[in-house]
Amino acid sequence: MTQFLKSREALLIAVIVALLALIASRFPAFIEPSNLSKVFNDTSPLILLAIGQTLVILTRCIDLSVAANLALTGMVCAMLNASMPGIPIPVILAIAVSMGAVMGAINGLLVWTLSIPPIVVTLGTMTIYRGIIFVISGGEWVNSHEMSAAFTGFPRAEVLGLPMLSWIAIIAVAMFLLVIARTPLGRAFYAVGGNPNAAVYTGLNVGRTQFWAFVISGTLAGLTGYLWVARYAVAYVDIAGGFELEVVAACVIGGISIAGGAGTILGTLLGALFLGIVKNALPVIGISPFWQLAISGSAIVIAVAFNARASRTKGRIILKRAEGTA
Amino acid sequence: MTDVARHIPDRLDSPAARLLKSWEVLLLAVAVAIFIANSLASPYFLNAWNLSDATFNFTEKAMIAFAMALLIISGEIDLSVASIIALASTAMGAAAQFDVGVVTLVLIGIGTGLICGAFNGVLVTGMGLPSIVVTIGTMSLFRGISYIVLGDQVYKGYPSAFAYFGQGYVWWVISFEFVLFAALAVIFGILLHKTNFGRAVYAIGNNPTGALFSGIRVRRVKFILFLLTGLMSGIAAICLTSRLGSTRPSIAFGWELEVVTMVVLGGVSILGGSGSIPGVVIAAFVMGLVTFGLGLLNVPGIVMSIFIGLLLIAVIALPRLWQMWRFW
Repeated sequence: MTQFLKSREALLIAVIVALLALIASRFPAFIEPSNLSKVFNDTSPLILLAIGQTLVILTRCIDLSVAANLALTGMVCAMLNASMPGIPIPVILAIAVSMGAVMGAINGLLVWTLSIPPIVVTLGTMTIYRGIIFVISGGEWVNSHEMSAAFTGFPRAEVLGLPMLSWIAIIAVAMFLLVIARTPLGRAFYAVGGNPNAAVYTGLNVGRTQFWAFVISGTLAGLTGYLWVARYAVAYVDIAGGFELEVVAACVIGGISIAGGAGTILGTLLGALFLGIVKNALPVIGISPFWQLAISGSAIVIAVAFNARASRTKGRIILKRAEGTA
Repeated sequence: MTDVARHIPDRLDSPAARLLKSWEVLLLAVAVAIFIANSLASPYFLNAWNLSDATFNFTEKAMIAFAMALLIISGEIDLSVASIIALASTAMGAAAQFDVGVVTLVLIGIGTGLICGAFNGVLVTGMGLPSIVVTIGTMSLFRGISYIVLGDQVYKGYPSAFAYFGQGYVWWVISFEFVLFAALAVIFGILLHKTNFGRAVYAIGNNPTGALFSGIRVRRVKFILFLLTGLMSGIAAICLTSRLGSTRPSIAFGWELEVVTMVVLGGVSILGGSGSIPGVVIAAFVMGLVTFGLGLLNVPGIVMSIFIGLLLIAVIALPRLWQMWRFW
């Protein structure tokens, strides 16, 4: 119990509660359940992508291509729906998930078999995926009137009072809480990130574990791609531009160490919620949305500084780097 | 891997053979091939003014790439360079509204770059944070400040003399930017390859602990490199702002990718410890020629970015594939 109180998660919960209290003191309507569920629904895409990113960062990698993956999958789904409105939603979902998985697998394969640094791979695939959207769409938009009602209705369909989009985020959180805690693959993510050398000696394939992290991250990005396009009922080249930074921000704020091997899904969830609340509160308290970018930037910097302070031991930094490069 | 010994040569290649096999010479061959392909593909390519225009595609990015090369060789990275351009340009734009002189504008541009570089440097070297996350953070922060200041507005009204930096010509088709690019290439070449500081940069990139134990002030050298990168971004901001004549918060969006691609294409190892300035110079020409040639063929910018992304991955993947194939 005392351990939990000292943890990053407890700190984040306290910060979020304080933030909500502060907003509520001026604008009580903000913390009404109906509004809070709206905020959660709005944050759901971020939560979905951040879960995938968490796994990738746990294995000492980073995936900057998630937003481009989301946009490309979203565009493909929208164009399929516009040209063949008869395709049932489960088929669209299957296409979205498998497209995302393939794009994640491309990242993963380049990292695994060619050991190219993940930052380079995903910076490259980020521009490639984004460029492909332009090539297939010719720069055209797919607008809401071209999409079928079933297509745009799915993420908004209410089940037990919450929209489908929120439920998918909740299911993903629950599923990956289990995967991380109870499956060999989940434990492997931590082992590989915590100490790759030791992981090899225990019989884990470091590259393959990283590959699976990328596949999961890509899969979630693909799934979110369809949900995003359907929810906003529009698809164009630049959707979710720069979203990858917000995703990394959510993870870093949630206490996922960029050095790998440390962090929890719960932390990521709270990090994403923090960003989501800030984003939704800005217009309410009358601050221009142009502040959003600078606020996430500062949040990343402050959170990284916090992470480092929490895990610092004397004289460790340099030695640790040397190990990492060896 | 048991018979690795078979593959270890018992003598080194002669210096001439090593030069021929070097990355720089290979890259030069690619540049020449692209040049020839371009002149065959478009009748407008071989024209002194067109070629001069083509240099604007890479001079500003290459200025940053020189400093970034040193930073990457030392084992760090700065992804905030494009955002530093945005912030420096915004600062200059704000100052220009008060009718300040050209010298003041230049000082403001350079000063903003240095401050941003110092901010990154303090976070990375002073607090021991990983540069990749810090600069992802400051990348949003710096551009975010530009958005707060400008929103959807635009700064114009730069003094007419300010246009010289981005639009002026020193002699015939030789632009001021190109001269600056060439001068900076020489300065950075000497700094990296002929000075103690340059040796220290390589030493740090290869083995930071070893460098520390051999008396190199690792943190100070890295801090100076972040300052340099900020400075070059500031200078690039002056050139770009002068060339465009206006400032929007989205200025130079996505340039960090192109700068890193240029550095990696130039043969600098992304893991640090190796690379050269001549390589980066040739890489700048290669990228400039590719984008200009595709532009002449009416290929849209976003499609060009596919080529750049592929180039980035292929440049790193091909040597590794080649090595895997040789050891099989």
